[in-house]
This record gives sequence, structure tokens and C-alpha cells, in this order.
Amino acid sequence: MSNRIVVDPVTRIEGHLRIEAEIQDGKLVDAYSSGTMVRLIERILQGRDPRDAWAFVGRVCGVCTTVHSLASCRSVEDALGIVIPPNAEIVRNLMYCAQYMHDHVVHFYHLHALDWVDVVNALQADPKATSELAQSISNWPKSSPGYFSDLQKRVKGFVESGQLGIFTNGYWGHPAYKLPPEVNLIGLAHYLEALEWQKEMVKVHAIFGGKNPHPNYLVGGMACSIGLDDVSVINAERLAYIGRLFEEGKRFVEQVYIPDLLAIASFYKDWAAIGGGLGNYLVYGDLPTNGYNDPSSFLIPSGAILNKDISTVYDVDLREDAQVQEFISRSWYEYSEGDKAGLHPWKGETNVKYTGPKPPYEHLNVEEKYSYLKTPRWKGNAMEVGPLARMLVGYARGREDFKEVVDSALAKLDVPVTALFSTLGRTAARGLETQLIANWAMDFYDQLLTNIRNGDTRMADTSKFNPERWEASAQGVGHTEAPRGALAHWCVIKDQKLENYQLVVPTTWNASPRDPEGNPSAYESSLMDNTPIADPEQPLEILRTVHSFDPCLACAVHLYDEDGKQVNRVKVL
Amino acid sequence: MTPSSNRPTYYEELRQKGYSRRDFMKFCTTIAAYMGLQASGAAQVAEALKSNSRVPVIWMHFQECTCCSESFIRSSHPIVADVILDKISLDYTETLMAASGHQAEAAMHKTMEEFPGEYVLCVEGSVPVYEDGVYCCIGGRSAADILQETAAGAKAIIAWGSCACNGCVQAAKPNPTGATPIHKLVKGKPIIKVPGCPPIGEVMAGVLVHLVTFGRVPELDRIGRPKAFYSKRVHDTCYRRPFYDAGLFVESFDDENAQKGYCLYKVGCRGPMTYNACGVTKWNNGTSFPIQSGHGCIGCSEENFWDNGPFYRRITNFPGFGIESNADKIGGVVAGVTAAGIAAHAIGTNLRKKKLIDDLIAEGKESDKELS
Repeated sequence: MSNRIVVDPVTRIEGHLRIEAEIQDGKLVDAYSSGTMVRLIERILQGRDPRDAWAFVGRVCGVCTTVHSLASCRSVEDALGIVIPPNAEIVRNLMYCAQYMHDHVVHFYHLHALDWVDVVNALQADPKATSELAQSISNWPKSSPGYFSDLQKRVKGFVESGQLGIFTNGYWGHPAYKLPPEVNLIGLAHYLEALEWQKEMVKVHAIFGGKNPHPNYLVGGMACSIGLDDVSVINAERLAYIGRLFEEGKRFVEQVYIPDLLAIASFYKDWAAIGGGLGNYLVYGDLPTNGYNDPSSFLIPSGAILNKDISTVYDVDLREDAQVQEFISRSWYEYSEGDKAGLHPWKGETNVKYTGPKPPYEHLNVEEKYSYLKTPRWKGNAMEVGPLARMLVGYARGREDFKEVVDSALAKLDVPVTALFSTLGRTAARGLETQLIANWAMDFYDQLLTNIRNGDTRMADTSKFNPERWEASAQGVGHTEAPRGALAHWCVIKDQKLENYQLVVPTTWNASPRDPEGNPSAYESSLMDNTPIADPEQPLEILRTVHSFDPCLACAVHLYDEDGKQVNRVKVL
Repeated sequence: MTPSSNRPTYYEELRQKGYSRRDFMKFCTTIAAYMGLQASGAAQVAEALKSNSRVPVIWMHFQECTCCSESFIRSSHPIVADVILDKISLDYTETLMAASGHQAEAAMHKTMEEFPGEYVLCVEGSVPVYEDGVYCCIGGRSAADILQETAAGAKAIIAWGSCACNGCVQAAKPNPTGATPIHKLVKGKPIIKVPGCPPIGEVMAGVLVHLVTFGRVPELDRIGRPKAFYSKRVHDTCYRRPFYDAGLFVESFDDENAQKGYCLYKVGCRGPMTYNACGVTKWNNGTSFPIQSGHGCIGCSEENFWDNGPFYRRITNFPGFGIESNADKIGGVVAGVTAAGIAAHAIGTNLRKKKLIDDLIAEGKESDKELS
């Protein structure tokens, strides 16, 4: 007998995600992923100054803060033919690295860990055994029996207060939790430590961009001028601060995040055969070491993999009409060419048209349109984007640093490379790339100091900042690899204003509804890949796979309207 | 707040967590200083924390980007972070809570039923009102509907960030979804507006601490913002202000003047029309703020700041507009004179400008009145 369940809201994500699923004989057999909130930021951008776009699109997401601003600056610079100075590229790279380290750690501990770590069970742990275990897997100093014993008392008091706060109604005691109490206690300790740590890492953004969340960017470079003889700009003190932040960040990643990840993963190896899904992976690439216009210098290489075949990596071209296209046959929009059409973002057209049930509703009509997300395809293929895609493409491209961290983790867990195509693989890949990023950040930092030592302090090229120096019309595309996956912004500039602006973002790739052929995207496909459901009332397993993608729905839901058509509106007030 | 016998107070919980009485008093002093109280205020804070148990908080997410939640967890004063995250009872927040789906909703309803008139409702995001609210649905219900339900039993409402206070980016022209701020939808409840995109983390923590410690709303200005954090213009608290007064300006980004940290007014800084704590509290535990990092303020705590652009065009409509012609003239002169000349000029300018600045502040106060 089949049983339809609804998980809405899906929590510990950014934004508003709803999952409807069919359960049959203890297995998930059908899944529908829906984004239920929309803001229409692209439409608001039309007619605005292209130099302001980074600030608007930055507000697409405060969790993936910076990445939209970065893609936006690159898109406008691409359109206007601006090449930013090397220091600005490095500063952007450093902010990017800080974002990854912050975001991936916060995802692991605060958004994902409670799917694997049973907080209440941690009360059963023996502090002494916990200490021994912690010290056997890491040099992290906070590991004494007293430390864990104090923490346990604190949690006990918390639980006994009867006010469980954010831990209320968790699936504690669910049979899918497999960790021994001691590992649960370590996980809980580091949940709290990571909460303290995360606010340090983002100070890199505060120093270069003035604040976090939503630091400031600048078309043409960065605004944080270097002036070694002035107290109020980027000087030796500020640079030393940056250096310390990255050193401490790297230490936390290496001594806390990675050991915890491997320790927890070792108890959940069954999840290396669950939630694989599509097997198609897409990466745009990022972290230039010789300028954004030289993709061969990217530390994260671009490419596409189809059907889990890592012997072949396809090249990706964001300008080509037939490569990236968006469909709306199952989304609450309409196209002038009809629902079957797929459009390249430069030619994108969108009119929102909600045809779902009137709220309050019990179920969406999943046989028709059921989401505010559009459905992007690469050469017609549904693609997964994100850390796993990046690690696989880097690995398949034969990059030594990628091979080293991947092979080392596989050896430690004693699993084959095919284990990567799974929920567990996705979660592990996120940690492994954080390791790479933490190392690369130190190299970028050294390079910045070297440039300054050699007398290059340039931070922005403003020769084309004045709109009077622009061509009458131009179009550009800017891409990055956001923590959640491949991200690109397409812009069309006419008479010094934005005529069209479009984003195709990672969670749109992953969480979108079905395409006109009826093929699912990554979330749905992964959920339908061998997912057991022990208790339909407590669908912990669904959360594990969905969270392994690190959903970000505010990013994913957007729309644009190149004709400037008004959406239908009915005023309630 | 009604103390409940089976729930431990802040003080009891702090002691259980291993903090000494001395730590507790130090914490109270910090909080008192934070809230601008006199030395005797610490005792008042201590008394309040000893008798109150954890205040239940429901934190809703509507049309938003979660930057407010992110900023909140950046709040840096160690015990405050502990207390805020452990000591309020954060019973519903989609960002952090363990439960999903109907278990999450059950947690929310339990708090609403058990603590009517006691819980604090925090709202992050605006509410879309076009098309019967279909542009934001949670659990099959519209944000507009959920707001009314959760607001009904709330003791007070905190409108986090520019979205909840004035609609923010989604309400920028043409506001296609009908994004609406909270105070236009909820009547008859105290609403504390904490604008900014996002607000500063320490400011958010400070507002919550005030509310749960004293059980009452902090003193608000005419448009509902806590006076402690929103009564001063960024311009009047900016460490680069002396350059403005001296007529020393960045002419374009990363020019020689930018490398000397001159005033950013000419490249679009909105400091002169923005009320926020950035110049004093700064961001991320006092690390920096936008102007310190070389970019002008974009005015993110002000209503309609998205439609007040383009951001890089200098503003001419702020209080004290008369100063504009001077800024131009002085900037031009400075570019061509010697260092000694600049110094002499700067002093002269300072004297000449003193009157202008006084006028400017007076006009600022006037404009504050107009805002209400």
C-alpha cells in the first residue's frame, strides 16, 4: 500500500522547501520537490544601473552571501570588457575561500549533523571514553574528560528544563541513528564550538567587504584600497588579521571538521549505497590563479560528467545557445512558445502564473505544475551540481590535489570510489573540498603579500566605471562555483541600464521539478534511489538526502521578464 | 513574564552550566553597559535574570534571504551568545530547528498554546499580499495567514531586518509580489523594528536581551526603532568624518585619496542619510564596517534605500544639502595643492564649516521628525 507524506517546512535549510513523497513497503518510491516562495528580484533589476546589480542579487541569499555579488560583478565586467587587477582577483578569491570554509562547516554542524547525531543519546556517553576517542582522532585541544563531562551536565540541565528550544520534536531515538553515545557527545560539543567559530571566519569579509552577511563588492575590482602608510585602509595590521583568521580556520577544518566527518561517516557506510540519483554532474569552475578570463588557471576545473562515467569529462560553454536551457512545463510560469520550450538565459522570458491550489492546501497537484523553481538542463540532461560534482570533475580531470584528498578519505573509510555516488558521498565531498580550499587560501594570502611587497597595490580598474564610456549595448555572463554548486548570471545592458538580468543557481539545478520529458532533477532522483523509510511519521531519511545537497531555496526561486510584462496582481489590502 | 516554578531561571541555569556568581555579575554589568544603563543598572539586570525563566521565542521566515538569522548567530559577546541561543527558548526557527514538517509546526503550536501572551514573535522577511498570498506558502498556508495566527498571542513582535521593517529588496519598484512590512499587517501589538540588511548581529542580540531581561520593549523612536541603536546618523559617527569636514574626498575608487582613507561622499556614500550603529558598534565584533573597508554606505537600514540609487551617484537630497557646492569646490582645489596647502586649507575649511555642520545636525533632527 502506498502512503503519501508531506514534509513542509523542510527545516535546517535556507528558504521554503516542500517535499511530497510516496512510501511503499518501507521504501520511498516517488518524490516531488517544490519551492513555495518567490520574490522576483530579476524583474526588479530591469532598468537599473548595472554597477548596482551586485547589491541587489547579493540579497538573493544571506547564507550563500557574496557568491551572487561575485557572479554579478563578473557578469557586468564581462559585458563591459573590464579586467580587474590581480590583487582584486586574489581578494575575491580569499573572500570566496572564507565563504566556503564558513558555509560548509555551518552546513555540516548546524544544518546537517542532527540528521546523524542524536543529541539526547549523548547524555548516555561516558566522558572519559569520549575524551579517549576524541584524542585518538584529533589533536584538537578541547578534549579532556572534564570538558565533555561539563558539557554533558549542561545538556542534561537543558533537557530537564523541559524547554528543548531548537531541539524540540527532533527524531531522537529513531532507529536510523547509529552513532555510539560518545560520538554523539563529540558531535554535540563541536556543534556548539562551530557556532562560536563561524563568527570568526567571516571576519575576512568584514575586513575586505565591510560586513558579513552581505559584504560589499565593486564592478572593476574591490573597494578596499591598500595603503600601507594609513591606519584606515588595508594595511599591515589588517593583512596580519586576515592571515590569522585563515590559519585558525584551517586548524578547525583539519582538527575538528574532517575528523568528525570521517568518524561519523564510518558508522553510516550503508548511506554510500543510498541517494545517488542522477549520476550526471556539472561544474563551471572557479578560483582563477591567472585572471578570470583564463579558465585553464582555475583551481576548480570546469566540466560535465554523464552517467557516472568519470573516464570522460565534457567541456561546458555558458554562451552557447543549446547548452544551458530552462524549462517551465512543471513550474508556475508560462512561455510565449508554450510549455515545452527550453530557453537559453540570454533569451529567457518569464511570466509567473500560479496555478497551484489556493492556500490553505493539503497537497500540491504534482501531476501538473508544482513549484516556483524552473527546470534547467544541460544539453537536455538533468545535472547535479555542488561539492560532489566538483570533486568528481577535479578527480576525473586528474588534478593531483583532488586525487590526494579523495583517495585518502576512501582509504580511511575503506570504501570504493563508487561510494561517492551517494548521499554519504555528497556529504563527504563537501568536507574534502573544504580541506582543499583551506590550503589554497594560504597560497592566495601569500601571493597577495608578495604582490604588495613587489609594489603592486592596485585594487580596482575604474577606467570604465563611468557609464558614458560603455557601448550602447552589451551582454555578459559571469559564473562562479557557489558552495552549493555551479552558479551563473547573464546580463544584457542597453543604454547604460540593465535590460535583462537572469540567474541560474545551484539549487535550481538540484531542486527543480520534472522537465517536459518527465525526467526528475537531482533531489527527486536521489530520493527515489534506494531510500528506506523506517517510520513515515518521522521521515529522517528524507532529510538526510535532501540536506546532503545543502538546499538554498531563496536562491533557487526567482524570475525575470524581459518584456517588462506585469504579473497578474490582486490587491488584498 | 510570569516565572514558572518548574522552569529554572537564567541565574540557576548559568550556575548549572558552571558559571560562577562573579561571572554572572560580570555578564549583568556587560548587558547593563550594552543597554546604556548606569552602573546601578547591573543590579537591576541581575534581579531580572534571577527571577525570569527562559522566554519562548517563535522566529518566522517569510520573504527573506536568511541574512538576519546569519547575522544573529554572528553576535560575538561569548556569554550573550550562550544565553541568547540557550537561554531564550527558540521553539521555532526554520533555520536551526531539528524537527521538520508537522513536528516543526507542532512545536510552534505547543508554544502558542502554553505561553499565550508570553512568547516573543520574531519575523524575518516581508509578507507578499498579491494573489491571495500564494507567493509565500509554508506547510500549505500563506505567510499572511501564518503571521496573523502567530501574532495574535505574542507578547511583542520583533521585525528583523529591512524586509520585515519596510519590505527591502523584494518591495523595490515595481514590488511585483506585493511584499509588505509587518507593521502594515499586524495591529494592536508592540512591534520593535530592527532594520538593516541585515541588522548588526550584536544589535539583534542587544534588542532580544533587553526584551527578555526586562520583559518590556526598549525605548523606541518615532518610527519604532530602538533608540539605543538607531538614533545617530552613520555620517555623524563616522571616523572619516574629519575628511568630509576638511573637504578631502575619494574622487574615484582606489585612487590616491582612497588609499589615504578619505571621505567617500563623492562616490555615493549614504552615511549622511542613514541611521544605524555601524560607525559605533561596527560589524562582526567591531572588526570593520562598510566605510572602513572603502565602500560607501548603501543606506541599508533606511526605508526605500533600493529605490534611492544608483548607489554610486552622490546624494544631493540629504539634510544639509547646501554643503554640496562646497564639497565640489574644495575637492577640486585639494587635488592641485601641496601637502602644506592641504593642511592649512583643511583647518580653514573646518572653521568655515563649523556653522554648516551645526546647521546640518539641526536639520537632521528636523528630518527625523518628518520621518514619523
